[in-house]
Amino acid sequence: MTREPDQPSLLESIGAHVVLILAVIFALYPVLWVIALAFSGSRPPVAEMVPLPHDATLAHFQEVVSTTKATPDGSIWLFARQLVNSLVVSIATAAVGIIIAVPTAYALARFKFLGKERGVRALLATQMFPTVASLIPLYLLLDRLHLLDSRTGLVVCYAATSVPFAIFQLRAAFEAIPVDLEEAAMVDGATRFEAFLRVVLPAARPAIAVTALFAFMSAYNEFILAATLLSKAEMFTLPIVLQSYINQYDTRNDLFAAGAILVSVPVMALFYVAQRHLVAGLTAGGVKG
Amino acid sequence: MKAKSALFATLLLTLLMLLGSPAFAAPIRLWHGYRGDEEKALEAILASWKGSPVETLAVPYDAYLTKLAAAIPVGEGPDVYIDSHERLGELRARKIVGPAGDALEPGVFSAPALAAVTLDGVPWAVPLSQKCLALYINTDLAKEAPDTLEDLAGLIGKLPPGTYPLVYEVKHVYGMAALFSSFGGTLLDANDSYGFFGPPAEQTLAFARDLIDRHVIPDDADGALVTSFFKSGQAAYAVSGPWLAADLGDKSPVKWRVVPLPKLRATGQPMRPLLTVESVMLSPKGAEKAEARALARLLASAEAAQIRARFGPTPSARVDVTIGAGDAPVQVFALQAKTAIPMSSSPTMHAVWDPADRAIAKFLRRNATADVALSEGKHRFDDVHRPLPPRASPVPALLAVGVIGLVLAFQWVKRSREEDWSTQLRQSWSSYRYVLHAVLAVGLLVIVPLVIGATTSLTAGNDENLRYVGFANFISILTARGGPLLASGSFYLVLLVTLLWTACNIVFHVGIGAALALLLSRPTLRFRATYRVLLIIPWAVPSYVTALAWKGMFHREVGAITGLILGINRLFGTSVEPIAWFSRFSTAFVANLTTNIWLGFPFMMVVTLGALTGVPDDVLEAARVDGATRWQRLRLVTLPIIRPTLAPAVTLGAIWTFNMFNVVFLVSGGDPDGTTDILVSEAYRWAFTRENQYGYAAAYAVLIFLMLFLTTRSRGAKKIAATPPSPAEVV
Repeated sequence: MTREPDQPSLLESIGAHVVLILAVIFALYPVLWVIALAFSGSRPPVAEMVPLPHDATLAHFQEVVSTTKATPDGSIWLFARQLVNSLVVSIATAAVGIIIAVPTAYALARFKFLGKERGVRALLATQMFPTVASLIPLYLLLDRLHLLDSRTGLVVCYAATSVPFAIFQLRAAFEAIPVDLEEAAMVDGATRFEAFLRVVLPAARPAIAVTALFAFMSAYNEFILAATLLSKAEMFTLPIVLQSYINQYDTRNDLFAAGAILVSVPVMALFYVAQRHLVAGLTAGGVKG
Repeated sequence: MKAKSALFATLLLTLLMLLGSPAFAAPIRLWHGYRGDEEKALEAILASWKGSPVETLAVPYDAYLTKLAAAIPVGEGPDVYIDSHERLGELRARKIVGPAGDALEPGVFSAPALAAVTLDGVPWAVPLSQKCLALYINTDLAKEAPDTLEDLAGLIGKLPPGTYPLVYEVKHVYGMAALFSSFGGTLLDANDSYGFFGPPAEQTLAFARDLIDRHVIPDDADGALVTSFFKSGQAAYAVSGPWLAADLGDKSPVKWRVVPLPKLRATGQPMRPLLTVESVMLSPKGAEKAEARALARLLASAEAAQIRARFGPTPSARVDVTIGAGDAPVQVFALQAKTAIPMSSSPTMHAVWDPADRAIAKFLRRNATADVALSEGKHRFDDVHRPLPPRASPVPALLAVGVIGLVLAFQWVKRSREEDWSTQLRQSWSSYRYVLHAVLAVGLLVIVPLVIGATTSLTAGNDENLRYVGFANFISILTARGGPLLASGSFYLVLLVTLLWTACNIVFHVGIGAALALLLSRPTLRFRATYRVLLIIPWAVPSYVTALAWKGMFHREVGAITGLILGINRLFGTSVEPIAWFSRFSTAFVANLTTNIWLGFPFMMVVTLGALTGVPDDVLEAARVDGATRWQRLRLVTLPIIRPTLAPAVTLGAIWTFNMFNVVFLVSGGDPDGTTDILVSEAYRWAFTRENQYGYAAAYAVLIFLMLFLTTRSRGAKKIAATPPSPAEVV
């Protein structure tokens, strides 16, 4: 009996799984360390091969979660506030970033206009300049706009920084959608904008979702800008709180690790949901790259 | 079309309104860097405050100075803030601190504390508490306070196996300074001249080396290791500050007490640690408010000192406060503070730490003899603390800008007369409506700050003596500050490292990412979704978290890699030595590289997966029917089809890797000796750890930008313009 030529042999299958499992071990090993650190009640400094918690405890999580701040109107549960801030800021960043990037990416994919090449090049150039020199000017600018110490200011900055990459990605997705689809809709009496809204956007949904995820993550993980712009503990985002466990003299690695896990859980969940949703969208025959 | 713009505008506005309006100034703002018990103590003190409400904010240490410097000049900062006295010189130079005035009660503070907050005869802050190192004793392992450090070292061999007599942070000059003082050295004298070289420093290093070689103290100990060794009973003594007592807490796993640091028998001199006077400072605006000064007085009051003592053993800077019995930790720290050496509050102090730390590290790694390592440190200090370049006339630059502007305007006018051009412009109008928001957002919030930042590269100095210097910063960088072109830390050497770093990363990112994507794209593979989720995890965890986790894993004494090596030794009977990862360029580079490969391969994997969906099945099928082997199909069909999609992603990936600051800064921190620094981390050092030379850092940033721009202009930009990246299609 002849084997189907495309059917991999058993040996090949095993080989593929071995490679993938090694890659997974490489991917998870540091994460296991963070987990072991976060759950350890006491941790003698020893070198181990397989990191496991010592005297497993939830005390570090409790300490990280149970931060409060007293105000005239009663006590605020800071951690919950800060988690909400992080989520609100990141979701708003993704939304604003996408709203700004989508029409531009569409225009770059479909229209010819003066200055297009130059614009794309400028957009790429923004990615090349290290931000080390632009933090203080940005602060002064936001002060002029009265956007300091507000989530709005943070969202506006994050969104603007996420726009160039979002445009590159979405433009590729729009270019991959056949022009015929829009033209057919326009023949049926739709305006260009209606065709864009009803035909192109739905077809590009997976790409938009992933781009939004990128923008979300970059905002969710950002520390320096947030720490510089925000001046109220109840306005803070979680990375600032995490960073405060690393101090000049005493670094609380256990609290940092517990906080890191708490911070990462929403993102992981989002990735998990996004992946299923997007793969489903792809196999249904939405977009081809 | 109008409807669309209106829709976006409304959406944006609604979002902005939902997010809330900017806050207005609170009555009195107080910033601090406290956490845990110290923060609780502050709250308890503020409970007795009767005046206007106080708005407190805990600012993470990493962001403290930047935040003060950004906020106070525009009136957004605190009225009152708590910081260490050694920042005073710098704070004053940047005009973000005001004189203490009547906030300082006369005649109640100790002389060293008062001296520490006084600059040019004027007090600029109110002393709160004094922090310095002292000797902790694990009373289960050792009974008495040793008279000399040599006596303490005599414990060797008398302790349970695996226990060190002492754990002492010799890795940093902050800890080493106590030893240095007993050899008669001073880190920075009154004339701002650097002192960590010459015979006293050489003797200090030799002494520390001897302690390590005899296993009196563990190798490579940093602050965190001091805490964990003492806490777990692995050291009989520890040199540490009040923060260790706070960490040990009420439920301390070991029994302990504190005594002053011992003498050194070799010189007969006591070990005098550095003294940090934690102080209340007033912003220039706060210094004018009577109520802010009253708040500062309250924070430094005797009652406040009593409250603070309930939360931790940090002694007050007041002489009229006695707390606890004679041997209470707070008493011992107060006693030690009397002989401690106040840190210099000159802005130059900022430039001392890094060269001294590097000299110590280089010597302890045995990469150089003491005198060579120390004179390199001295050289490095001089390199940073060099005189400002002379003022230059801005006229040539303004003229050049004017001429360029005129030429551009002339060209524009000329083109606008051309029939063809204006037709095109008219046809472009409708497209501009689609891109307007992006142009505004990116233009205002990304490009404007970048351009302003870039122009600071033409200046030198800070607020007080800020000056226009023309291209002096660029010339200094490009001539390696007068040293050999390939000297350590020179632009060209760092550039070579950066190129190596970028190339290695791209090869591994693309290689691993593409290989995994090809495996994952096999329709017959089982558990595809599971693998995909697990392999994306490195991307989903914040990178600063994982960078720190990796740094811990590479620790020579307690890291996971050492654990892995020991485990392999046990299993296979081999005797591989644990590796001191950050002591050689090659291993430190590998450590950085491993971390960044870990962080970066999922992105390339996802991009490749996306590109692979674009390979039509019928083409592959046709190739198969024609008798192509799997390898031939991969090489001749799949790769050529995905290459154009991958190329732009690789270009962007290369740009991001070139500027990957987090990993280098957090994992190796440039060790050994700054050799693993890349251009962008070098720029950060100039901006934040070397006397805040923002102009110099900006010049680095401009050079990085120019190199990337010119390289990608010929190749990458065209690719991006032609076929943009499409990692978006799949996760």
